[in-house]
Amino acid sequence: MQTRRRPGETSAQTLDRGRVKVRSPTERTKLAQDYDVVIIGAGPAGLTAGLYAARARRKTILLERNVTGGQIALTSLVENYPGFPDGVNGFDLAQAMQQQAEKYGMEMGYGEVTAIEPKGGRQLVKTTEGDYLAKAVIITGGADYNRLGVPGEERLTGRGVSYCATCDAAFFKDQEVAVVGGGDAAMDEGLFVTRYASKVYVIHRRDQLRASKILQERAFANPKMEFVWNTVVTEILGEESVTGLRLRNVVTGEESTLPVAAIFIFIGLHPNSDYLKGLLRMDEGGHIYVSDWMETEVPGIFAAGDIRVNSSRQVVSAGGDGATAAIKADHYITDHFKG
Amino acid sequence: MAKPKEVTDATFEQEVLKAPHPVLVDFWAPWCGPCRMVAPIVEELAEEYDGKVNFVKLNTDDNPVIASRYGIRSIPTLLVFKGGEPVGQIIGFRLKSDLRRRLDAVIA
Repeated sequence: MQTRRRPGETSAQTLDRGRVKVRSPTERTKLAQDYDVVIIGAGPAGLTAGLYAARARRKTILLERNVTGGQIALTSLVENYPGFPDGVNGFDLAQAMQQQAEKYGMEMGYGEVTAIEPKGGRQLVKTTEGDYLAKAVIITGGADYNRLGVPGEERLTGRGVSYCATCDAAFFKDQEVAVVGGGDAAMDEGLFVTRYASKVYVIHRRDQLRASKILQERAFANPKMEFVWNTVVTEILGEESVTGLRLRNVVTGEESTLPVAAIFIFIGLHPNSDYLKGLLRMDEGGHIYVSDWMETEVPGIFAAGDIRVNSSRQVVSAGGDGATAAIKADHYITDHFKG
Repeated sequence: MAKPKEVTDATFEQEVLKAPHPVLVDFWAPWCGPCRMVAPIVEELAEEYDGKVNFVKLNTDDNPVIASRYGIRSIPTLLVFKGGEPVGQIIGFRLKSDLRRRLDAVIA
């Protein structure tokens, strides 16, 4: 009798073929739903990977713990995605991508992934809502906005502390607010906030911006935007809601208080890869190393989009990554599972 | 029948504060993408909790008085009212299972 496990077979199945009926050591393995391709994270990379995997006729599920679209779901206008000369609402673009992939059979699943465990040539993807067994996994978990990490921030989130101008700016009509950061996101969102607020203070720890030139030009030309250079936020003030900020000038050391009704924070991103530590090789920032084909060092696991090293962090390149990963995952399944 | 009903600044007191059951209010606006993802989940929960919890939605653009009275500064926000008082608050998008857990905790 052949005892060697076939590729793609779980340990539970191997044991069952033996003489003695042995229960799987992890009962959950048996309950896991079977898929060819499990994709983690429904941003542009994951949605595109889903489209390609589904069109390759692979049984595909895309897992999401939050809103379809990832970062772009909160972007009012995406102006640099080709084919939309007037720009496109990020949420609408993500919904359209999802519909397109679902048209070819991709399924959506909701839940937060807690671990990936190699199991008998496949990957067991564990989530808060149930487990999935995959021939190939594509990790497209993207990145989340960084927190400032100052007193008051957590307590007042949703009460004037915001990481999404498009969601919350309308509640600060004719009020003075602050935006923290000097990159594209800070300028883009700050400009959006000026539609409602009477004044937008841009607080930046350096004396110049990192944002692209076109956004800098717009920001400097906007009469409602006032720049506070070389300054960091040390505390967010307020009881029921935000009433002001405590600031420190990093050059002079001078402390001050700025009365504002809201603070919009855009100070960079961190990849959502904590649960993969120990399984995949990453750089210091938590970005996953991949080959030109989006392969990680673990066969059958791919990573694409903002979560990988050297991502250009654009919708269009995330989509490209997702397509590449799905094409390679399809080849991997053909080669290793004889299908 | 259980589909969340629209309430307004004018009907809020009658529909929410004076309601005999706990009421979950979904604060939303048409321009808010995440709100559009919360809506179908709230509809499903409305079915599940039919007879135990009333589900209503309030457009914050059209009804600034109530939105401001309860300090809504971010949407989607879900507030649960019991006996005319807010007893639970959920800000931002959450998975259905998480909403169910939080709702069960406040209506118990």
